[in-house]
Amino acid sequence: MKYLELTVGAVLVYNFVLSRFLGICPFLGVSKRVSTAMGMSGAVVFVMTLASAITAAIYRYLLHFSLGGVSYDLGFLQVLLFILVIAALVQIIETVLQKLSPSLYQALGIYLPLITTNCAVLGVATLNAKANYSVLDATIFGCFSGIGFALAILLFSSLREKLELATPPKAFEGTPIALVTAGILAMAFCGFAGLC
Amino acid sequence: MSNLVIAALVMGVLALVLGTAIGIFVKFFKVKSDPRVELVLELLPGANCGGCGCAGCADFAKAVASGRLKPNGCPVSSQEQVNAIAFALGVDPGEGFARRAVVCCSGDKFQTQMRKFYNGAIDCAAASMIGGGPKGCRYGCIGMGNCAHACPFGAIEVINSLAVVHQELCVGCGKCVAACPRGIIKLVPADSTAHVYCSSPEKGAVKRSLCHGGCIGCGKCERAFPDSFTKTGFLASVKYDAAKLPGAEEIQTIKCPTGALATEVDHYAGEKAVREGEKK
Repeated sequence: MKYLELTVGAVLVYNFVLSRFLGICPFLGVSKRVSTAMGMSGAVVFVMTLASAITAAIYRYLLHFSLGGVSYDLGFLQVLLFILVIAALVQIIETVLQKLSPSLYQALGIYLPLITTNCAVLGVATLNAKANYSVLDATIFGCFSGIGFALAILLFSSLREKLELATPPKAFEGTPIALVTAGILAMAFCGFAGLC
Repeated sequence: MSNLVIAALVMGVLALVLGTAIGIFVKFFKVKSDPRVELVLELLPGANCGGCGCAGCADFAKAVASGRLKPNGCPVSSQEQVNAIAFALGVDPGEGFARRAVVCCSGDKFQTQMRKFYNGAIDCAAASMIGGGPKGCRYGCIGMGNCAHACPFGAIEVINSLAVVHQELCVGCGKCVAACPRGIIKLVPADSTAHVYCSSPEKGAVKRSLCHGGCIGCGKCERAFPDSFTKTGFLASVKYDAAKLPGAEEIQTIKCPTGALATEVDHYAGEKAVREGEKK
């Protein structure tokens, strides 16, 4: 039951983009083409999984520990440390991607370094800390949260590709119709509420 | 106090570990970029005008470094800059001529008949779609300045509803040529001095009734310099590929009756004089 909540719950019920409203920037920014959306979601799944594992370990073993009979609580460093780790992680991924897949690196462009400030990544780390998940649980939750983000952005980008061909009223062209679509998509995901 | 020390310690150690990790990754996944691309990019003007046909200067630098394009493909660079790039790479600078844009029309609002009152959007494309714009001639400059807006170098000035190219600012990137809905902007060799400032193929009498500055096809220029000028219907044109074109003084001896054939200097001076006259 716990794992159902960590997996299905993270993907559908508490979808990061469509019900928690985290990571809206890349959701709107990189969703014009399915191909770039796929690249972005791949990068986000990767970063979120790794970041969850590392930040959960840091939270459990570095921020709360006892030394010589005195227990220390470094909870106030939480956000600072999480951001530091995520930034370093994104930097490493960027370097690796530039070497292994220059075309994907080009396609992601500015959005790859922007994962650093993607609130979905910091959000998953903070949620893990709040729920006090074990490292394994946190990793699973992070991975499936990333998959939830990927699902949302892929659905949205394919909708937007179709919208390119539609002829909405002039005032709705481009971003406005995209925002309306995102709203409707979020409402559709409300239907999953209470599933687990 | 000890909390503070531990916090500093934890942050310091973590920063050290992460920094080392990034360092190792950068070392192992280093991408070798062509240093010549950087070199060429530094020597280029950095205008990103797209006149070379590439997507910006960085793309052009890549093409030059890989040998796909010659350094003289950049229309903005002077011959010295092109030679510097060619010397730095040890390649042939390439042969070609620099180009300049010319708006082939002399119909300012005093020369040409203003056919109707236009108070729509100040945009040549829009004006030309609504009954062909405010001017009588359907082939001339509309004078709303689409070319001037398109020019990345500010080389086009609209004087008395007529676009005039400042030759000393123009680099020949061709942005204005694409922007003109009438298609009357031509790219000509930079060393040519005189042009036919008319694009209308109408009969001479029709042109004369609409515009005082148009070419009426009298053929004086063709008779005087048959190697340099030619006439198609009622419109004279300059043979830009001729071996030698007549200079400014020789152009004056032709005495074009309408002033459609003029040197760049005279054309601009004429428009300027009219404008200053209007101020008085």
